[in-house]
Amino acid sequence: MNIAYNFAFFDEGSKREIRRATLKAIAIPGYQVPFASREMPIARGWGTGGLQLTLSLIGKNDILKVIDQGADESVNAVNIKKLVAKTTGVKTVDDTAEATLIQSRHRIPEIPLHEHQILVLQVPLPEPLRYFEPSEFITKHLHAEKEYSGSWLMLFEQIMKYGNMSTDADHPVMVHDRYVMAPSPIPRFDNPKMDHSDALILLGAGREKKVYAVPPYTKVVSLAFDDYSFEVERFEGACCRLCGAEDVFLDELIQEETGETLHQCNDTSYCISRLNEGSASTTRTAAKIGGVAE
Amino acid sequence: MGYVAVKGGTQAIEESIQRLKYERVKKGKVMEVDSIVCGMRGLIDQVMSESSLYSETLAAIAIKQAEGNPEEAVFLMRAYRSTLPRKHYSRTVLSDDMRVERRISASFKDIPGGQILGATTDFIHRLIDFDLMDETEEDAKQWLHAFECQVEEEGPDKTDLNKLPKVLDYLRAEGLISECQEDDEEPEDVTRTSLNFPASRSERLQVLTRGQTGAVTAFAYAVIRGYGQLHPTVGELRIGDLPVCIDNPIGDSDPDDAYYIGEIKVTEVEMLIPVTIEKEHGRKEIEFDIGYGICYGQNETKAIAMGILDNSLNTDHPEFPSQDQEFVLFHIDSVEATGFVSHLKMPHYVTFQSKLDSVRKTRRNRNEEREGENR
Repeated sequence: MNIAYNFAFFDEGSKREIRRATLKAIAIPGYQVPFASREMPIARGWGTGGLQLTLSLIGKNDILKVIDQGADESVNAVNIKKLVAKTTGVKTVDDTAEATLIQSRHRIPEIPLHEHQILVLQVPLPEPLRYFEPSEFITKHLHAEKEYSGSWLMLFEQIMKYGNMSTDADHPVMVHDRYVMAPSPIPRFDNPKMDHSDALILLGAGREKKVYAVPPYTKVVSLAFDDYSFEVERFEGACCRLCGAEDVFLDELIQEETGETLHQCNDTSYCISRLNEGSASTTRTAAKIGGVAE
Repeated sequence: MGYVAVKGGTQAIEESIQRLKYERVKKGKVMEVDSIVCGMRGLIDQVMSESSLYSETLAAIAIKQAEGNPEEAVFLMRAYRSTLPRKHYSRTVLSDDMRVERRISASFKDIPGGQILGATTDFIHRLIDFDLMDETEEDAKQWLHAFECQVEEEGPDKTDLNKLPKVLDYLRAEGLISECQEDDEEPEDVTRTSLNFPASRSERLQVLTRGQTGAVTAFAYAVIRGYGQLHPTVGELRIGDLPVCIDNPIGDSDPDDAYYIGEIKVTEVEMLIPVTIEKEHGRKEIEFDIGYGICYGQNETKAIAMGILDNSLNTDHPEFPSQDQEFVLFHIDSVEATGFVSHLKMPHYVTFQSKLDSVRKTRRNRNEEREGENR
């Protein structure tokens, strides 16, 4: 038995069908479009929604970047990248600016994305109303009627209980003044990046069989009250121990010997490019002074 | 020379894959796909049924690759299934055309055509047969020869196994269950459009037949144990081969021009479920409802469980989770359930950091409040 797979794994009919759902999603910002999610060679819940979007969109000239929780080199990111590269032969990169298609789990890159890029986010639970309503049949109705009291009450109850909104990642947003949407479990820090983004943002939930989108230059507002405003994560004056960046999302590391808390850029490719910019200027200077060829 | 990303992930994956292969072959022997096809009928049937892909050879390769882990084998089959274009749709298959190998009814002792026990584990003693430890192919061949001679001596059976009447038809003729109309509506395809609720019967049946054997059985068990208050009876359970035909792709749908493309073995179950119907003036009567189950291969428990759930989900007013379409249909798929549960192994650094920030913020606010009060 010798069986070869089609370009980008799927048969063309399947790709076309996913693209149709995607077009509908772009036409109705924030609305979850059901689609016939396929079983993929990676597990459900491990990015199959994002992967299906990526495979349905990718062409031979695309340049792909895949990140997981900010890292290009995280095992699951590597695994997804490997699968796409194996079935398409496209070029893969770490450099965010160079990529045309970026698949990401739980982060939006630090450098602003541009018009010619598509960001694909992997979504575990696409339904922002699921926290208080388990039935799909009912949440569909709530969306149709723009009945979002539940979302507001959820935040209100948090304020009553904890003195502030206690959402972590996946803080719900209002898209184009119409649909409440789960931005996927990106930190609150990344929510503002969705608002009037230059790049198209697509969100895919494979197990839940939904595709939704934030088209470029769409209004995206994180849910909050006038007297209790939306707050992103704070790092209290901490900066990256490697590149010194401050206004970025930082990972917290604990140094084993000293027990000291250190911080480091969560976006690994951002950190490396900053380090390289720094070192490039020093080497150039060194080369000039010492007359050593670069 | 600039900084380069540490390629830890890539290397770790490569090493892990090597290690996995090592685990499969470390004893220096490999299992032939052919021996899986010959000796693992039960597992092959389960994997084909949960994958909704009928191919013994593919299932056997998947089982080999998965080292016999059914959840992993089903996953491989489903992923492969995603790459297959739909070239044809079969003509409607009528289960009356089944070439029956086994057929029983728990409702009636004497059914037209008779009970046919066939191959079943129901009446073996579950004692480990230690002789299998040293069984040789020679033993098997000898036994087979003796068996075939015996069959020949006894001569052919008079029963026409290709046209056995259905037990339920007999009950219908007696007026014990109501007539049901043939529903020739094109079924929805759950692998081509995602589920909407309330789901149609064709969608429900598809999700149930693809369901993970253990999950389907567990939910059905809950129904008959108390979360559904049913005591169903197996009207008929039959196992056998069904012929599959497709229309001539360039002709019309004349059945005489159809092509026979092969046969599939299935387990089919029709359950009889007593229900109380309220008649005029509060008078109550007992009638029988039907629950239908069908699975690839010989998967009897699953087919019966499917029949119970088919009936249990056929209500607009669920009292129990086992009657709730979303609760049952969303949670019994092997690939979906195992995938999402196992995804918890993935790193959640960012989400956890965000949670940490939220917890710290709450504490900070509390402390500030307390300080304010003390002042």
